[in-house]
Amino acid sequence: MKRFLDPTEPETFRRRLLLFLAAAVAAFVLLAMRLLYLQLVLGEEYLRLSLNNSIRLQPIDAPRGLILDRHGTVLAANRPSFDVSFTARDAGGDPERVAFELARRLEIPEEDLLGKVRPLRGLAAFRPVLLRQDIGRDALAVIEARKVDMPGVSVQVRLRRQYPQGALAAHVVGHLGEITGEELKSGTWPLARGGDFIGKTGIERAYESFLRGEAGGRQVEVNASGQVMRVLQTVSPRPGKNVVLTLDARLQRRAEELLEEVAGAAVAVDPATGAVLALASSPGFDPNAFVGGVRPEQWESWTGHPHRPLENKALQGEYPPGSTFKIVTALAALEEKVIDEATTFDCEGFLPFAGRDFRCWKKEGHGRVDVRRAIAESCDVFFYRVGLRLGIDRLAWYAKAMGLGARTGIDLENEAHGLIPSAAWKKKRFGVPWQEGETLSVAIGQGYVVATPLQMALLTAAVADGGVRRRPQLVSRVETAEGEVVWEAEPVEIGRLPVGPRTLAIVRQGLWAAVNGERGTARRAALSDIEVAGKTGTSQVVGRREGLEEVLPLHLRPHAWFVCFAPFHSPRIAIAVVVENGEHGSSAAGPIARELVKTYLRREPGEGKTAAGPPLQAFLRPPGHP
Amino acid sequence: MLDRRLLHHFDWEILLLVFALGGIGLASVYSAVTADPPPAPFRGLFAKQILWFGLGMLVMTAAVVFPYRHLDRLAYPLYLGCLFLLAAVILYGKFAGGSRRWLVLGPLHLQPSELFKVAVVIVLARYYSRLPVGQPLCFRDLVRPVLLTAIPCALIAVQPDLGTACLIGLVAATLTLFAGVAWRTLLAGAALLAALLPLGWSLLKEYQKQRILTFLNPDQDPLGAGYHIIQSKIAIGSGLLTGKGYLQGTQNALSFLPEEHTDFIFSVLAEEWGALGSLAVLGLFLLLVLWGGSVAYRSRDPFGVFLAVGLTALIAWQVVINVGMTMGLLPVVGVPLPLVSYGGSSTVAVAICLGLLFNVSMRRVHYE
Repeated sequence: MKRFLDPTEPETFRRRLLLFLAAAVAAFVLLAMRLLYLQLVLGEEYLRLSLNNSIRLQPIDAPRGLILDRHGTVLAANRPSFDVSFTARDAGGDPERVAFELARRLEIPEEDLLGKVRPLRGLAAFRPVLLRQDIGRDALAVIEARKVDMPGVSVQVRLRRQYPQGALAAHVVGHLGEITGEELKSGTWPLARGGDFIGKTGIERAYESFLRGEAGGRQVEVNASGQVMRVLQTVSPRPGKNVVLTLDARLQRRAEELLEEVAGAAVAVDPATGAVLALASSPGFDPNAFVGGVRPEQWESWTGHPHRPLENKALQGEYPPGSTFKIVTALAALEEKVIDEATTFDCEGFLPFAGRDFRCWKKEGHGRVDVRRAIAESCDVFFYRVGLRLGIDRLAWYAKAMGLGARTGIDLENEAHGLIPSAAWKKKRFGVPWQEGETLSVAIGQGYVVATPLQMALLTAAVADGGVRRRPQLVSRVETAEGEVVWEAEPVEIGRLPVGPRTLAIVRQGLWAAVNGERGTARRAALSDIEVAGKTGTSQVVGRREGLEEVLPLHLRPHAWFVCFAPFHSPRIAIAVVVENGEHGSSAAGPIARELVKTYLRREPGEGKTAAGPPLQAFLRPPGHP
Repeated sequence: MLDRRLLHHFDWEILLLVFALGGIGLASVYSAVTADPPPAPFRGLFAKQILWFGLGMLVMTAAVVFPYRHLDRLAYPLYLGCLFLLAAVILYGKFAGGSRRWLVLGPLHLQPSELFKVAVVIVLARYYSRLPVGQPLCFRDLVRPVLLTAIPCALIAVQPDLGTACLIGLVAATLTLFAGVAWRTLLAGAALLAALLPLGWSLLKEYQKQRILTFLNPDQDPLGAGYHIIQSKIAIGSGLLTGKGYLQGTQNALSFLPEEHTDFIFSVLAEEWGALGSLAVLGLFLLLVLWGGSVAYRSRDPFGVFLAVGLTALIAWQVVINVGMTMGLLPVVGVPLPLVSYGGSSTVAVAICLGLLFNVSMRRVHYE
């Protein structure tokens, strides 16, 4: 075991040991040489630098990635902002005089500055204190011209977010805000520093890691009054990546115009890809108000607004889908064979059930209707009867399999789930058994059922595209500032409507007849040159009263729904529109959907590429630094 | 108890050297923590460092008195104990300065990664001393030492404390090369490492890559680490031949130096004592390292040889990395200067190293 002590062996180790020690000596000699080089060769220069303590750090902002629509319209860009700061170390003996001088030049009361401009000692004296943000070019010119009179005052160019289209697609684009202490600690943004702005909502938030650039910086040597004498070292910032949305800015703008006077939402998707073409929520807000911090009165005007402008109603708003839900009921009933295409029911304007009358919207009744007519004319009694045959649990299964009651997985935050009730759900939620009368309500999209406009748009898209359900896409690609594509979206099929082609064809015919049929409820959505298929919906805010149809106060009026797709034979767009308290789907929501179809499909070829917004090049380059 | 004959073999002059370096360290820490403008947040650290140094000397004595060969048997239990502490840090450690390194035990803030450096040396010394001599190590022989090193390194790296993790890796590599690796194995190992690096790299997240890039190349971060380097170089360079005088360092006084009492203590020292002072300190460290080598040279027991080589390598690497870092030769990593930097756990760890070296030196002659 003690072979190590074999007299022949230790020699190997001893030689190796001497070798190692020689290496150690060499390393120490190297250190000593470096030391002598720094102290004796460069020493005088370093001594000068150390006596002046004149090295300053200046961050260089990285331009944040742009957000563009599918045709290159810039929705979010950057603009330079000039910030004034004060470095106590460079101010000489009289910082108060500097404060007075600066206040006079900026035409602001000097009390605003006196608290910040004060002599500081230690490291704090070298840290610039921010005095005034975003002073504008005129004030900048004044300060630059009078710099000599104001030692210690310096101007930094920072980049700020700018939304050149104002409120356009504000709910999708989102906005920035200063990173909070918790966000810094969470480790989600390891490269962020205090005071940084990060995306708080929308695409700005969801694509933060792409949009965010990497700040650069430089070390400069300054003279006695803080002016840069020379740059010692610069690290260039790396711009963030540009995010190209699937949105069509023109369609989006049209949707927002059409919703301008009302509260509501409109969603348009391309059925073939799941690409979201427009996602509008009204009322909107101007995200530019968030740049540099929201003023309290602005914030209150938003939060106190009865129509909740900050809410993205397209995916956070949950509404009873009303008669648009009859699409689901019809598909389920046909597929489950509780009815076939020839089954008819007689509508007398109401259905007596469990001791009360369940009314049809048409008091005088529809007479004998089959499923196509029932869809086209939105006969409630027909669907009451169908609902009874199906039962709540089968209906709920179909609704869920079609994507209702669950988030669609779109890239935006706080998406609502919607709700599809079932007997088990009610037992769990309220502790009481399901009543069959409630099935009647659910069958026509009332009662506990709620859905978001986005969910209904995607359901309509699936009906349009032969039953294929796709994940909604908001971003079509991400590219570098130079245009190199780093990520590209591909259509993702997430499932199929659980119905056969025959079932789907029948329902589609019903939807066609609703718009184009003689007695269709959606005739207002018809276009002369494009075949539209759709369904109206009117969802009760309060239970439908017996007796006279009195005029309800505005906030209790029913919500108006409309879903449609077009062209009928090769659909290129599927739309869902909700107008809060809009009373009737046909009059309030239908025309909006029709206008959107028209805007999107009647476009001249290539029109979108030239439309809207300043040229892209204007936003791509960061501004120069002084 | 201690045999009188053992005391005869004790290296008293080296103890003097240790006290000299410790004294220089305390003086520099005093300068570093008191130079801050009021309110000097670290002022109290000087008194604490005196206590730590005292505790270190006690620990060093404890590491001298027992025959070091017992460590051969205790190697694995000690190793596992340290591993347990490391795991505890990850689970319950105190988060400070962006990483989770400290274990709070009452008034003590313990940094288990510091202790682990010694544990790895002991366990590797045990392993290599038991292998047949004269036979270069092949792959199979290396599996266990690589695992014994990689596991704690990974645990330390995630704290994150890449500096200590790299240090342990370097010390383990030094010890392994000393044990003698077959050329073929060495080349294959180097090739394997080179092949694994890009793979590991691709597994990292973008921000982790950025972090490592900044770590390797602080110039990329001119506002952070790069700034520290230039300020440290100014401090050292401005010391010229004789320095600005004790407590007269301007870089130090203006708090330009980051971590001036821990990682950048050498800059404070070089600014105030100039080339003469800092070269003298380097010289003292070189003497210490050469003595460590001589301990290994004179030991007749394989475990003792490996132990001495490992401990010496640990001290030497720390000095080279720390001083190299302050002069801008190496990336900025948190490796303290032995005996000089402020720090409880590191002082205690160095004391254990020195104690064990004394121990091996003293017991080079057998009195069975």
